Amino acid sequence: MIEVDVLGVSVLGPGLPGWAESVPVLTGVREWTYAVANPPPPALLPANERRRAGIVVRLAMAVAEEAVAMAGLPRDKPRGVFASSSGDGVVLHAILSAMIASDGQISPTQFHNSVHNAVAANWTIGAGSTRPATSIGMHDDTFAAGLLKAAAETSHEGETLLFCAYDAPLPEPLSAKRSIAFPFALALVIAPSGRCSGAPRGRPDHAPPSIARLTVSYAAGPPEPTGWLPAAAGPRALATGNPAARGLRLLEALACRSQDRFSLPLSGGRVNVAVTP
Amino acid sequence: MRPLAVRALSAVSGIGRGAEAMFGALRDRRSGLAPCDFERLSIGWTGRVAGVETHALPSRLAQFDCRNNRLADLALRTGGFVDIVADARTRLGADRIGVVVGTSTSGIGALEAAYSMRDPDTGALSPDFDYVHSHDLSSLSSFVQQALCLTGPAMTVSAACASSARCFVDAAHFIETGICDAVVVGGADSLCAMTLRGFASLGLVSPNPCRPCDAARDGISVGEAAGFALLESSRTSPSGSGLAVLGTGGSSDAHHMSAPHPEALGAVLAMRAALADAGLSPEAIDYVNLHGTGTRANDAMEDRAVMAVFGRGVACSSTKGWTGHTMGSSGILELAISALCIEHDLVPGCLSVETVDPAFEARVAMANENRSVRRVMTNSFGFGGINCSLILGAMP
Repeated sequence: MIEVDVLGVSVLGPGLPGWAESVPVLTGVREWTYAVANPPPPALLPANERRRAGIVVRLAMAVAEEAVAMAGLPRDKPRGVFASSSGDGVVLHAILSAMIASDGQISPTQFHNSVHNAVAANWTIGAGSTRPATSIGMHDDTFAAGLLKAAAETSHEGETLLFCAYDAPLPEPLSAKRSIAFPFALALVIAPSGRCSGAPRGRPDHAPPSIARLTVSYAAGPPEPTGWLPAAAGPRALATGNPAARGLRLLEALACRSQDRFSLPLSGGRVNVAVTP
Repeated sequence: MRPLAVRALSAVSGIGRGAEAMFGALRDRRSGLAPCDFERLSIGWTGRVAGVETHALPSRLAQFDCRNNRLADLALRTGGFVDIVADARTRLGADRIGVVVGTSTSGIGALEAAYSMRDPDTGALSPDFDYVHSHDLSSLSSFVQQALCLTGPAMTVSAACASSARCFVDAAHFIETGICDAVVVGGADSLCAMTLRGFASLGLVSPNPCRPCDAARDGISVGEAAGFALLESSRTSPSGSGLAVLGTGGSSDAHHMSAPHPEALGAVLAMRAALADAGLSPEAIDYVNLHGTGTRANDAMEDRAVMAVFGRGVACSSTKGWTGHTMGSSGILELAISALCIEHDLVPGCLSVETVDPAFEARVAMANENRSVRRVMTNSFGFGGINCSLILGAMP
């Protein structure tokens, strides 16, 4: 069992335009209404990269920036865990299409942007961060895998960590094989709580006040099929449309500042999460 | 960190399947590179694994069939790996063993084939194409988890050419926090048109067998490989002899998507982090297995990094002249090679090198040297500026 503190949080998805404006929707004070998530080109990036930044880079950079700012941390401070099921499908499709065209030549820029860690790379470049950052993918279980990984890393390393989950729709014909209904990203900045098993170094003294404490563990065997869905109707409908949106139950508990307990599926087993304000 | 016991280790690459074949090639300085003949592409030389095309997955896992998972399966079924994991499963419980494996391109070969056979009218991919079990990143870790009958947490790390090195860092976090007692790490990356054409588009593929550290080096040779290790906590691992991962270190360049940091900032940070993690001084390392891709920029950068951390006190070399650059699987492959170096007290001198770049200052081994090798650092660097260094040695 691992305990971590949440220091910052952000979300960007349909009708959820950043944390502050999303809290009333997540707490049920205001009804959710559809509005497309359209993050701006990331100001942190150099001009060329800013111009090329596709939807996944824009989504992830926007939530990462907001969460790190809320945590009151310099951008180059936290370690990174980046989680996405399908990465940048637009780049992948462009390369695959070019390879079946007459000369088969592909763009060198698209090739280096096709790596799954392109978002982590853009973040570390934009933030000027030399901290380690990993990039993972686990299909529909990507959020759960990333949360477990992020909690384990911040706890063991005794350092703050940025966890960012993001995915966006794939273009045709990929979309027929892998459905992601809308762009969605969330970010958490977490720190060790100081009471977690196996944490050798404890919570950093300078960490800002905690929004909530998370207890995270893994167990074999699948969870209840719908036990991880949020309560409010809008977020509940979104939670199954994008792998990153599986984090909405957690975001709801953070917005409501309420206690909660739920389990998310991961690789045939489950990640158990308890939230304490 | 506390050392993690390496309870099993297996790899397959262009220089053969398993420890004996790979050691024979290293000892006799036989390269696994040959002119590229992959899917009628002639892009430099490749380190291609024999027998992938004819290897069949176990029937219960047939839905995972693709070149990448076949390569992974070849590695799993080498050197008694499956049996050692089965023993650990009995001892620890299937739910206490995780799977954290790396790949950069997963089963993209299957997706490339599907694109080449798109419906001429609708553009649709064939109904027979199974995306989730081939190209999706989860394919590799799910395949490995099911092949080994494990029920601990499984996930795929995809961090370009550092993928299977970075998964050692991620697995260590799971073991150190008690989520797992043991983790299967490693990974697979297989030849595919995108990687060959992509590196060609960057002008980074040598027309000859790659010559890392040579004054006239002119690019990489693309290779393929798979390899796995079972890492186990010192809490549960029976004490005694055997190899251990003594330290891991990671960093980001914060510099460029594909060009290495000119001052080697990130590489130096990763190597120093691994030494600090292991509680070792630079003098404790006997050999550095370089990332050493054979490009002008990488090898020059890495020479600076090795000099900054070690000076001329340590022998270093790249083994990519044997295997080619096996992308995301280079970390686990070169860890398996490092294990052979320790077992046989061998520093494998760079292959195909005539003259070491005169600008280099580090001590690059040119010929095989037989001498005491107790601890090896192996480096992996990837696009996006991700760096990872691992230290392997005897369990203290």
